[in-house]
Amino acid sequence: MLAFLLRRIVLIVPTFIGVTLLAFALIHLIPGDPVENISGERGMDPARRERLLHEFGLDKPLPVQYIEYVGQVLRGNLGTSLTTHEDVSTEFLTLFPATIELAFFALLFSVIVGLPAGIVAAIKRNTVADYAVMGVSLTGYSMPIFWWALLLILFFSVYLGWTPVSGRISVEYDVPATTGFMLIDTLRSGDFGAFRSALSHLILPSIALGTIPLAVIARMTRSSMLEVLREDYVRTARAKGLPRWQVIVVHALRNALIPVITVIGLQVGLLLSGAILTETIFSWPGVGNWLIHGVQSRDYPVVQGGILLIATIVITVNLIVDMLYGVINPRIRHA
Amino acid sequence: MPLLDIAGLTVTFSTDAHQFIAVDDVDLTIDEGEVVGVVGESGSGKSVMALSLLGLIDFPGRVGARRMTFAGHDLRGIGDRERRDLVGKDIAMIFQDPLASLDPCYTVAHQLMEALAVHGTERERSSRVARRTRALELLQQVEIPDAAARLNAYPHQLSGGMAQRVMIAMAISCQPRLLIADEPTTALDVTVQAQVLDLLLRIQRETHMALILITHDLAIVAETAHRVIVMYAGQQVETGPLPEVFETPAHPYTQALLAALPESSRDHARLQAIPGVVPGAHDRPAGCLLSPRCRYAVARCHRDEPALLGPPGRGARCHFRLDAQGHPTGGWALERRVEAIET
Repeated sequence: MLAFLLRRIVLIVPTFIGVTLLAFALIHLIPGDPVENISGERGMDPARRERLLHEFGLDKPLPVQYIEYVGQVLRGNLGTSLTTHEDVSTEFLTLFPATIELAFFALLFSVIVGLPAGIVAAIKRNTVADYAVMGVSLTGYSMPIFWWALLLILFFSVYLGWTPVSGRISVEYDVPATTGFMLIDTLRSGDFGAFRSALSHLILPSIALGTIPLAVIARMTRSSMLEVLREDYVRTARAKGLPRWQVIVVHALRNALIPVITVIGLQVGLLLSGAILTETIFSWPGVGNWLIHGVQSRDYPVVQGGILLIATIVITVNLIVDMLYGVINPRIRHA
Repeated sequence: MPLLDIAGLTVTFSTDAHQFIAVDDVDLTIDEGEVVGVVGESGSGKSVMALSLLGLIDFPGRVGARRMTFAGHDLRGIGDRERRDLVGKDIAMIFQDPLASLDPCYTVAHQLMEALAVHGTERERSSRVARRTRALELLQQVEIPDAAARLNAYPHQLSGGMAQRVMIAMAISCQPRLLIADEPTTALDVTVQAQVLDLLLRIQRETHMALILITHDLAIVAETAHRVIVMYAGQQVETGPLPEVFETPAHPYTQALLAALPESSRDHARLQAIPGVVPGAHDRPAGCLLSPRCRYAVARCHRDEPALLGPPGRGARCHFRLDAQGHPTGGWALERRVEAIET
């Protein structure tokens, strides 16, 4: 296990180099630069432009800029935003709880619905229930988030009026941000109305963001269950005269979960990238929204730093999932 | 009254286009404490027959029988709950591949205790400690060295022989009256096979349970069973007491199986294999199912399906039952000669 962990940690180094290089190259490939963005349509006198470019360090050759940037990153400095002049890591950390909250509930939704749906589809294979689950999940998987989110808003918010259209909480509530997690903050403030408002704001974005992971989890659970249900040890469990639910949950599901856990872990990356779209559509004040603004204003430090931080989180989560794998699968733990 | 009494057991698997008869009209009775061997090639329906007794045949398989009783319970149309009260308690089964038959995610102790929690004594059902004590006892009973340490082992930490001992421990944990052993030694090393078999038979003698020993190894059956059922393509082709059946087989298939044993081939340069394979779903012949592979087959064999005939408990499914010298009877010689003249 320790050797496995060390090997994984060593692998992180090239991953980081790749991520920084890619983020740096991509943002510089987009036409325009921050100064052009500041000057707007009226343009700017060339001397002033030169001065600003120099001030931002953008007049140096790209490789030099990259090496300087990596040097700063290694010292733990992600730079300051060119538009707000705030520290990038501080901005990220203030906004990130909102994204976590959204991603967490999206994942919760996808697991709570996807796992049982996959189990039912496997047990009732080739029945209406199976076809329904597989059909709906394929539809959900093929649905682009921006389109699906708009449909949800149209139906539930506009037509039925059940949920708010956008934002994290109604404007009437002013909750002090102590943890940054709206649900926790509202609970701490003791204002139940604010908590309900925050919760109702979470529903649609969570569904929109959780639909693709839900489809993936449901399909993976189904195929994994089908495979496991054919195993000899499931037959043994039945030959012991165990109740049907015990055969399915204790023996089949436990084994079927092993690959599903990996897939759930992989969804975290998908959730964070999907959050960018979802947050934009629902005006959700998280890092996704922040990154989009960063790209629009060519705010190089924000985009580079944001991507790097998100990549770090995805890598860490996958590492944790790999370790969880050992917990659930004794063959790995004792290997 | 026999412990298990089955008549006309048939198991079919249907797809949209085809119907495959895996077990075809099999009769089987077994008394308390009796050891019955079921022999046949792969695909002869031995395992399917055993699984059908436990109600483990899933859709699209269908089980039918004229009579199917176990200790007074009618197994036909038995409810799920009622069946679970029998299966794992009074009827237990062990399988061919012991390592695959144990759940890789749980310890030996967990898997042993699970059966006890459902079918054990009142004390075992209510107390975890009692279950664990009993699990240790069981491991000692199946002669697992260092049993206390093995309780916490996972299946992948066991050898095949050890795993089969655990399976046996699990099967006997609730004192079954009937144990079905489906190729219990096939997946094991030769040196371990004898040990596991000896263990199984010792437990059978001690507990006086009935044992159905399914195997393709005639030697094992010859050494252990009181009676034997020879199966071919889902049908019972010969049945009778041992050693009588092996000394004077009444069916050409049994005769051919015995001739194929290496021991019987000492005077020959080559092993006497039976040509061809067991017919499957798509190539079932008309008439006698063995006719394409039978050295004695005549026109009638290819045309009419024989019934299981003979004295009670000594049936053979052949038109020309073999006599004590191993020659076909019932006018076979005449038919063969007529055929020779006609062609």
